[in-house]
Amino acid sequence: MNGIIEINNLHRRYGETVALRGISLRIKKGEMFGFVGPDGAGKTTTIRIMCGLLNPGEGTVRLFDEDILEKRNVIQKRIGYLSQKFSLYGDLTVDENIEFFAEIHNVTDYKRRRDELLEFTRLKPFRKRLAEKLSGGMKQKLALACSLIHKPEILFLDEPTTGVDPVSRRDFWKILADLIKEKITIVMATPYLDEAERCSRVAMFNNGEIITCDTPDNIKKSIGLMSLEIVCKPIKVAYELLSSEINNDIQLFGDRINVLVKSQGETDSILRILNSGNVEVVDRRLTEPSIENVFMNLIKHRKLNG
Amino acid sequence: MLNRIKAIAVKETRQLLRDVRMMGVIFLFPVFLLVVFGYAINFDVQHIQLSVLDRDNSPESREFINSLLSTDYFDLVTYLKSDREIREFLDRKKAQCIAVIPSNFSNEIYRNEVAKIQFLIDGVDGNTATIIMNYVNAAVASYSNNLNYEFLSSRGIKLSSSVSLEPRFWFNPDLNSTRFLIPGLIGMILIIIAVVTISLSIVREKERGTIEQLNVSSIKIPELLTGKAIPYIVIAFINAGIILAAGYLFFGIEVKGSYLWLLISTLFFLAASIGIGILVSVIADSLQVAFLAGTLISLLPSMLLSGFVFPIESMPYVIRIFSNVTPTKFYIVCLRSILLKGAGIEVFWEQLLYMVIFTVIVVVAASKIYNKKQLKELSS
Repeated sequence: MNGIIEINNLHRRYGETVALRGISLRIKKGEMFGFVGPDGAGKTTTIRIMCGLLNPGEGTVRLFDEDILEKRNVIQKRIGYLSQKFSLYGDLTVDENIEFFAEIHNVTDYKRRRDELLEFTRLKPFRKRLAEKLSGGMKQKLALACSLIHKPEILFLDEPTTGVDPVSRRDFWKILADLIKEKITIVMATPYLDEAERCSRVAMFNNGEIITCDTPDNIKKSIGLMSLEIVCKPIKVAYELLSSEINNDIQLFGDRINVLVKSQGETDSILRILNSGNVEVVDRRLTEPSIENVFMNLIKHRKLNG
Repeated sequence: MLNRIKAIAVKETRQLLRDVRMMGVIFLFPVFLLVVFGYAINFDVQHIQLSVLDRDNSPESREFINSLLSTDYFDLVTYLKSDREIREFLDRKKAQCIAVIPSNFSNEIYRNEVAKIQFLIDGVDGNTATIIMNYVNAAVASYSNNLNYEFLSSRGIKLSSSVSLEPRFWFNPDLNSTRFLIPGLIGMILIIIAVVTISLSIVREKERGTIEQLNVSSIKIPELLTGKAIPYIVIAFINAGIILAAGYLFFGIEVKGSYLWLLISTLFFLAASIGIGILVSVIADSLQVAFLAGTLISLLPSMLLSGFVFPIESMPYVIRIFSNVTPTKFYIVCLRSILLKGAGIEVFWEQLLYMVIFTVIVVVAASKIYNKKQLKELSS
């Protein structure tokens, strides 16, 4: 079966700057698909091209088996888009915003759908409030409600939770989980790697390319490394010692150090180095690497390989 | 389609009603301009400050001075005593003109010789100086006429009626410049309001990023523009009403012609103005630029090139061609015909046609530029 979204060898440049250098993707119906990667990696450009807001440079982009360049208008009726920037009318109320977006999407009988969405996003108590008076999290939920008013089959979210407090972020994810149950396909760009773990599949963007694309679990397994977490003191000394002695990925988190290791043998040698440097190891634990670990590792290897 | 246009119009109205500052600008700005142009800027020359150096001090010289002062045109500042004061009064602008009556004034009259009066006028403002000179010439002519008449009748000669001019000014009998300015003022206010409001409302969508949501929706550009134009056209009509009412209350200007044609020509003019607003919004990417460009493009040409203040007929040929950059030029002709002359469509139908042509050109230009920009944005 074909994917609901098919991207083939997509290139895009902005003048001299190359934004995308050959992206290929196939996203299936009902997926919760995540785009992760640093700013400027090409996530937003890819999403905007899929929404028909930018033309592809080279390559093809097909949604619902139709080419975006040929059937832009038809495709746009079946998708929802939530941009990075807050793009609602701050001087309209919650109700009025939804009403407006319903009408410009040709949804004439929107009253029930609006109530449903307000219920769904828990914005019902605020329906008479001006959008600009809402908190950041509520604004994003309202924007989501507006982009869902015409029952899109694919929802594109460009960093919807950036700048949103953790509680609202969790709320937002609950709503997304409900949407997935309704068989909506979601494509979401996020700078938060913990959010990536909630996706069914993740594409890691770096410098205009996809460096890996798989389920979070497979991605973690793919590098064949484990994460060794060491709680020790003095932590600064330990970090400097390890950085000079071994070549592994090392990250410092407050009172603990994270090292990517291949085997039990490596763990032992690391502990030996720490002991010889008079570092007291309080606790240690071998876990599955986080998406963040993997991402850092992959980028580092790409740099090393040129 | 109607649904979507309605949605945009409703949304725009709601936003406008909540924007207190904008509403203030829209409704206070016309009143401000009206006061400035109606009262402060007055091209009528009256109550000219006159000083007199009367070296003769005879009944004849006083009679001559009284003949000047008996009109509304001249106000006596003071009698001067010496030559030195002449310079001082003109330099310090204590007087706009000074009559110097020589000591042999009455003698010359009795000897039937040409009696001379020196008349000094502050020529800095050439226009006013010319007008003052005309007034004085007329006063002198009538004064010497009277002398002749008396002289002849004292000799028993009865003067048969001489030629006399009886001018009547049509459409503006007392040559009131406010009456002449009001139509242009209506045009200028309407074009500024229409251009600035529509361009700001479109550029605001660009600046806030809401245009993206509109781009991914089913709405089409003409629907968007029509929806946006409706509330501002209504506002412009309200404004026009306010100015007309104020013009009637404060300056006694009535609509002599048909209200229907007034409405129709205003509608044509607003269409052209909104066209300019759309053009501005296509070019400008920020609210500041839109506001500045909108104000300049609408204000300057309608002030200088439309015939509002300076008659187009007396402009150089090149400038006359250039004066077509503003639809106010055409609208003013319609307004003066309808408001002051009470004339019908047969007088100004060409102007309506020009406004239609103007609108088409502007909108086509705007959509060409928009398409070019869009293409660049989509694929550059």
